[in-house]
Amino acid sequence: MTELNRANMPEELQNDPRVPPDLRNNVFITTLDKLYNWGRKRSMWPMLFGLACCAIEMIATAASRHDLARFGWELMRASPRQADLMIVSGTVTKKMVPQIVRLYNQMPEPRYVIAMGACATAGGPFKEGYNVVSGIDKFIPVDVYITGCPPRPEALLHSFIKLQEKIDKQSLRNVPWYRKGEDDVIPIPVLGPDLVDMRRAEEIKAAAAQAEPAA
Amino acid sequence: MSEEMTNPAAAAKPAAAAKPTPAKPAAQKAPPLATLTPELLQLQQHFGEAVIAPAPYVGVLVNDLGKLREVMTYVRDQLGYDMLANATAVDYIKEGYIEVVYHPQRSRGGEPLTLKVRVPRGDDPVAPAPVAVPSLVPVYAGAEFQEREIYDMFGVRFEGHPDLRRILTWEGFYGWPLRKDWHEPYYEGDTKPFDSRWPGGHHQLAEERVPWHDNVNYPPGFDPLNYQANPDAGLYDTMRSGVPGLDDGSASNGHAQVAGVGAAVSVLDRNSNLLVDEEELRTDQIIVNMGPQHPSTHGVLRMVVKLDGETVTDLKLVLGYLHRNHEKIGERNTWLHNIPYTDRLDYICGLANELGYVITVEKMMGIKPPERAEYLRVIMAELTRIESHFWAIGFLLNDLGAFYTPALYFITERDLILDLFEAVTGSRLMCNYMRFGGVSRDFTEDQIMRARELAFERIPRKIDELEQLLTDNEIIKARTVGVGYLPAERSINYSLTGPCLRAAGVPYDIRRADPYSIYDRFDFDIPVFYGADVYDRYRVRVAEMRQSVRIVQQALNQLDQTKPGDIQAGKKAYNHRVPAGQAYGRVETPKGELGFYLVSDGGQNPYRYHVRSSSFINLNSLKEMVVGHKVADAVVILGSLDIVLGEVDR
Amino acid sequence: MGLLGTGILKGLGVTLRHFIDTYAEDLKYMLNKSGVQQPRPLRRQSPKVRGLVTVEYPKERLPLPENFRYVPFLVYDTEKQDDKCTSCGICAKVCPPQCIWIVRTEDPVTKRPIPQPKEFYIDTTICMNCGYCAEFCPFDAIKMDHDYELSYYPEQEPSARLVHDKARLTKPDTYHASIHPTDWQRELNERAAEEAKKKAAAEAKAKPAVAGKHSEGNSAAQ
Repeated sequence: MTELNRANMPEELQNDPRVPPDLRNNVFITTLDKLYNWGRKRSMWPMLFGLACCAIEMIATAASRHDLARFGWELMRASPRQADLMIVSGTVTKKMVPQIVRLYNQMPEPRYVIAMGACATAGGPFKEGYNVVSGIDKFIPVDVYITGCPPRPEALLHSFIKLQEKIDKQSLRNVPWYRKGEDDVIPIPVLGPDLVDMRRAEEIKAAAAQAEPAA
Repeated sequence: MSEEMTNPAAAAKPAAAAKPTPAKPAAQKAPPLATLTPELLQLQQHFGEAVIAPAPYVGVLVNDLGKLREVMTYVRDQLGYDMLANATAVDYIKEGYIEVVYHPQRSRGGEPLTLKVRVPRGDDPVAPAPVAVPSLVPVYAGAEFQEREIYDMFGVRFEGHPDLRRILTWEGFYGWPLRKDWHEPYYEGDTKPFDSRWPGGHHQLAEERVPWHDNVNYPPGFDPLNYQANPDAGLYDTMRSGVPGLDDGSASNGHAQVAGVGAAVSVLDRNSNLLVDEEELRTDQIIVNMGPQHPSTHGVLRMVVKLDGETVTDLKLVLGYLHRNHEKIGERNTWLHNIPYTDRLDYICGLANELGYVITVEKMMGIKPPERAEYLRVIMAELTRIESHFWAIGFLLNDLGAFYTPALYFITERDLILDLFEAVTGSRLMCNYMRFGGVSRDFTEDQIMRARELAFERIPRKIDELEQLLTDNEIIKARTVGVGYLPAERSINYSLTGPCLRAAGVPYDIRRADPYSIYDRFDFDIPVFYGADVYDRYRVRVAEMRQSVRIVQQALNQLDQTKPGDIQAGKKAYNHRVPAGQAYGRVETPKGELGFYLVSDGGQNPYRYHVRSSSFINLNSLKEMVVGHKVADAVVILGSLDIVLGEVDR
Repeated sequence: MGLLGTGILKGLGVTLRHFIDTYAEDLKYMLNKSGVQQPRPLRRQSPKVRGLVTVEYPKERLPLPENFRYVPFLVYDTEKQDDKCTSCGICAKVCPPQCIWIVRTEDPVTKRPIPQPKEFYIDTTICMNCGYCAEFCPFDAIKMDHDYELSYYPEQEPSARLVHDKARLTKPDTYHASIHPTDWQRELNERAAEEAKKKAAAEAKAKPAVAGKHSEGNSAAQ
């Protein structure tokens, strides 16, 4: 906790001996931060977007027994434009990854990503498969990971609590979405002979040129 | 490579003509004809040399590729095998050929036939097989997706197929994944367990082992910066006519559009009372992509629809967004390893999938589980059916616009069943409960009590409530009656199985048609409705839930007569060896017929592991059901098929 | 078929009943003073209940069934002060996605294997929670954990956490006994039976071995 917030604090305050260490974070902006984060973390709208088995547990989480709406995460929106949170619930295949990246690019900031289950985290039991991406974090930034195959609904709820914790630690001072300039748009991967991450295109070209012809 | 490889490949110059020569000696070695079933005997008498049965061989080999379609037509029309249950292929790399396997069956019931054809596989792992197989789509419409899958996975071309493109991977994908000499980037060995895990198992991420540090592999000389990717190549080709923008300008635009409109209206002209002469009205048709992220597609399915106004005039499906290489992984796994993987096929009803797989392997091993295990299996499988139908109906209503209320009610009930699964097996969805020759855990007294409460009180009460809530609802009727009509004979031709087929008046249920486990002991009905529309598919599911409750009740009552704890035949083992051979086993899952085609070479791992998934094959018929309806109905019709993408794409 | 709209009304009746039941059930519960009361989440999930089913997760929890499985852990024998695992490698062999890595300990001098794992990894990003490792372990050394609250964010902990090493996997058998009471009881019984058998064998050995030899000779003759 302290690591993050210290980074948010202005330099002169960090080193000011008059400010007691435990109060160093609690200067003016934190009050506003608290309000800001409180509002955000309790009105998160997840995107209605299921990939595989984990999506079934995600729906179960949204249903009566676990009732996602208790957290203020009221609505699942099918449109990325209306969603704050993408729950990558299941195996990410190479064929699907361009769409996921596109959806992520379409989400307005602030946006968060939860990688639900082993598959979304790093490929899961299907990792060895030729059409499976070894974790969605290879393409889009992930905020919270959930272990399990599939995670129980409670485990998903636990990840929401973790995400709220994380949101709590963000500060208006340095959140990325108020900075000036262009948005970070992640280049959409291309389905060539295999999945091509365009950010690595040069590297791939160089390596493929050196590769020996197939035996 | 090896000598065995070159031999048949060399013999495979002009396809059909050269083929009979190497196979003839095999025909002489054939067993006495009496070992064949009467149907196969009849087939052989009729076609003579074109259909042979080499010595230790399951089914018959259609020796003359040119006659395949003729043979299949005979099988369908004269022998009455009106439904193509399964079509797949096996890559026999040592022998140098790929064997395409067909399992036609009768919609009246009984075991399926096994027919095979062979094509040389060719030496180049990325070039398609040199000889094409005649497509069976004109005989069995249900072969369309299955043949596309074989083409995609093995590189076997099908002559005369209406739309032969890759189906699970994408156009441009490098190689034929299910060929034995094609390896994925993270390839570590042909068979599990891998030696690197023990005794010197220093943990290593798969990424660290491979040159690209990722699960990718590119052909030599590949240049991503100058590569024109077109994963959808050919997709829009047949949909183009009449669509501005996509048209290549050759067709006279206006004419094509009007023709399209006319076709659409003729379907709906019962209530057409148009004031405008549609010949005069110039409208454009548009192509809309629904999915892969779409709230109504039940996962990651992509429907490409051509719309005339709101009416669907053409539809194509793009699959493979959840293609997890189940079969490739399954051929590397040991027999036992595959059980938890089958859970993840149709993840709504994992236990039913396990049952199908386990039964097929038991068939090959020749073992039978003890009584108690059989009962436990049936209880679990039927509870799965109830749970899956609750889910299907809930989300069908969601698609109809009854947002969440019905779905929430039914998920509540489903959760109660899943609680029982979790208590018994340890997991809500991925139960991993069945074993070869038994089940992993017995029910405790508490769990039996819980199951009784559910089966005798809670579930019947809730099904009544469900019917009260939905069955007579006028809005639901208005939206579903007559929607998605597909008559019985078309359904059969499309290999439609499960509740959708029974809603078309065909009483085909494998629990009765080809009984497995101990289903012959229970008193239950196969509900059949005749509307062949969305409404009757809903009603079949409700009626089936009631029948499943009956089965569970009987099974729970009879469970007392079995010995507690007696749940595993023989000693529990983890290194099974399955005798060499082939088997096709199938069960009735809530979605339809789930079949497993397994080939064993006598080792610890399946040589071929094919899943005949009902969701995948049911999708064949979607186009015919949808065309002519409004786009909102397309969503409902898809919902009524009740597909699960894990099973569609595998 | 009755009047148009009766079907809809009937359906609305069902939703109304649900609505009323939700309050009625909670009222009944509040007014019920007699006897022991079931905890709320349990009562709400019983098949008899008609009202609301929500379990307010962080505050209330449903009890986990004993068989529940999540990520595996290694059992540490607190009595013998030793790992139960003998690094026989069966778990690594039966693991379907091959997520278990074991390095066997070797005697530095003789190079003979010592029945103890030197390193033990479970890659939870691959693990499919199938429970085979626990099911087939002949030494009851690996069990499935109940702790499902494993989600984390990278700033909080490094991602290496996803690969559980031996230190992280090892948990005392008292923990195992607390989450798997019946399984533990079975283990104790088996151990007691084993001890008794050993004792019996030792006693039999102490006695003159003539009887045993006799019977052997007889069977050979037959």
